[in-house]
Amino acid sequence: MRSRTGSTCVVLLAAIGVAGAAAVRAADAPDANAAAHGAAVFARTCEPCHGRGPGLDGSPMLPGAAALAAKYQGKVSPYLEERSDLNAALLRYYVRHGTGAMPMFRRTEISDAEIEAVAAYLAASAHGRSAASR
Amino acid sequence: MPTLPPGVNARKFGVAVAAFRAAIGADWVYIDPEDLDPYRDSYSTVWGRPEERQAGAVVAPATVEQVQAVVRIANRHRVPLHPISTGKNFGYGGPSPNVSGSVIVDLKRMNRVLEVDQERNFALVEPGVSYFDLYRYIQERGLQVWIDCPDPGWGSPIGNSLERGVGYTLPFYRDHYGASCGMEVVLANGELMRTGMGALPGARTWQDYRYGFGPDPAGLFAQGNFGIVTKLGIRLMPRPEYYRTGLITVPRRRDLIPLVKTVNYLSDSGLIGEPVYASPLTALLGDAGFRETITRPGGPSDAEMDRIAGEHRLPSWQVELQFYGPERTCLASWEYARDRILDEIPGARAVDGESLKVPLTPRQLDNVDAPYKSSIRRHGAQGVPSLGIWKIVRGSGHVGFFPVIPRTGAAVFEAQRVLGDALREFDLRPFFTAITTPLHWHPFTFQLVYAPSVSRDDREHNARVHRSMLRIIEVAAAHGWGDYRAATIYQDAVADSYAFNDHVLRRFNEALKDAVDPHGILAPGRGGIWPRRYRAARGGQPS
Repeated sequence: MRSRTGSTCVVLLAAIGVAGAAAVRAADAPDANAAAHGAAVFARTCEPCHGRGPGLDGSPMLPGAAALAAKYQGKVSPYLEERSDLNAALLRYYVRHGTGAMPMFRRTEISDAEIEAVAAYLAASAHGRSAASR
Repeated sequence: MPTLPPGVNARKFGVAVAAFRAAIGADWVYIDPEDLDPYRDSYSTVWGRPEERQAGAVVAPATVEQVQAVVRIANRHRVPLHPISTGKNFGYGGPSPNVSGSVIVDLKRMNRVLEVDQERNFALVEPGVSYFDLYRYIQERGLQVWIDCPDPGWGSPIGNSLERGVGYTLPFYRDHYGASCGMEVVLANGELMRTGMGALPGARTWQDYRYGFGPDPAGLFAQGNFGIVTKLGIRLMPRPEYYRTGLITVPRRRDLIPLVKTVNYLSDSGLIGEPVYASPLTALLGDAGFRETITRPGGPSDAEMDRIAGEHRLPSWQVELQFYGPERTCLASWEYARDRILDEIPGARAVDGESLKVPLTPRQLDNVDAPYKSSIRRHGAQGVPSLGIWKIVRGSGHVGFFPVIPRTGAAVFEAQRVLGDALREFDLRPFFTAITTPLHWHPFTFQLVYAPSVSRDDREHNARVHRSMLRIIEVAAAHGWGDYRAATIYQDAVADSYAFNDHVLRRFNEALKDAVDPHGILAPGRGGIWPRRYRAARGGQPS
């Protein structure tokens, strides 16, 4: 039986540490091709829980968005597509480790390259939203 | 250093891993801890404890030939394998193996929809295809067929069928294993076998007639460990023209008995889809006194429950009925059901629901316009996969126990009382109370749900949940109610409860196991079936 607790903490701290700078870079210059690919990956893999639509049978939000709304209490958008702080390292941490009711996702489900593409898409979508609001 | 399978030393394991790499490509063999972590059971009740089952490596073949190569290598080096389809069997072990150190055979890359036939109404798929994938395939081509989905759409039609998962449309399709037709299986020696008509070279009815000729071993591959299923046929429902709903309420507690009897008649006569039972008395759950009453040891009396319902002008029970087919047929079936129940049960009431042309609009699919509070899962009822149901998943997920009970009101009352009393000592959220209603997912039985939450952080909570799972399996079995599906960690306990004639069923399965998998490489322990090699470890982990 291996213990992975120690390495998990290191990864989390490292991920958070690089989040801010990378998000700024991505928001300034989103890669259009990567973002387009990322949009397709997001639609297939993330949107069923984290999309902006309503939830099922009268629920106001989809489950992932509802969980983030409960977590951040209005301080941060519950919708990933409106977040400019989600770089690839941070996304990869949550995708591979899960959080709360979100399970872990395997490389066969979403590759590291696809996670990077999703990060590019999220940066572009947040950038676009920010630009539109100016 | 990877977790090694029992009886396999590091050198032999390394040789096997090298052979896997040569067979399917190094990119698709994982041994790094970061890559193996997502193969843990995210919803484990024994997370981080020695009892947790963890993979030793992962192989992800892309073709049937690669699966055969993997099995042959595993046989040569005596390395146990654990196949998964999309690995989304959450609440039942997720992608984790029964034996730590096993090599997970991740079939997600085998993701082709091979055929959808809208004249004969079937699909043929590979294991990595998800319900989302199959739905997308059908929609993109405008095909006039429905799939029957389980709650989460990320799962695999093959995996869910082999787990005997259930859904939400017409009775035949809701039993996902029952609605499967024709398998292709890689056996433990690496040979490829097809069941049913698939055994006839050039057969034209593989997905239409499941039996072929002679004994049909297909059932061995559901919740079993006799082969790796690489293709499965699935019967599809022709898209109906209309969808109609209606609500029936009955006033008294004992009215559940005649209500169930008549709804069973409607269901078994092919007149309705899934009947969705509920108790309007849930409106009183905010009242501590009411909660004490419905969870009281031994249960409240019928008279007491009727008095409470009367005082609050609430019916005791309700059932929502669903109809599929031509508009006039749906209406006629609803009128028949309504009139018959109102005739049979004094005080019963009926409310017309909606009559909707299929396909539904997005708003109709959201189920926000019913003239009463509806408990129907509308996406599921329309064969549309989603993940919206994850709204009910709390904490770090949950683990599931769904006892199979007779489809009668009397059985529901007994199970409410017995299971409620059995779980009282664990001080967890009560799942079985005097207003607990049955699930009519499987066509011919009821099930009740016990799905306590688990936590990655709270070991004491998990330990209580774990003890409660073992307890409820035991108590349910003592009353003739078996679980239908179990997480890896509970499969031995559940299998042990199916003990007729000194466990002859398990002895029979294990005699077969030893014959067709003499080295015990395919999912040892799955379904409570242990190969001779590891049999002494039953109930725990081999060493």
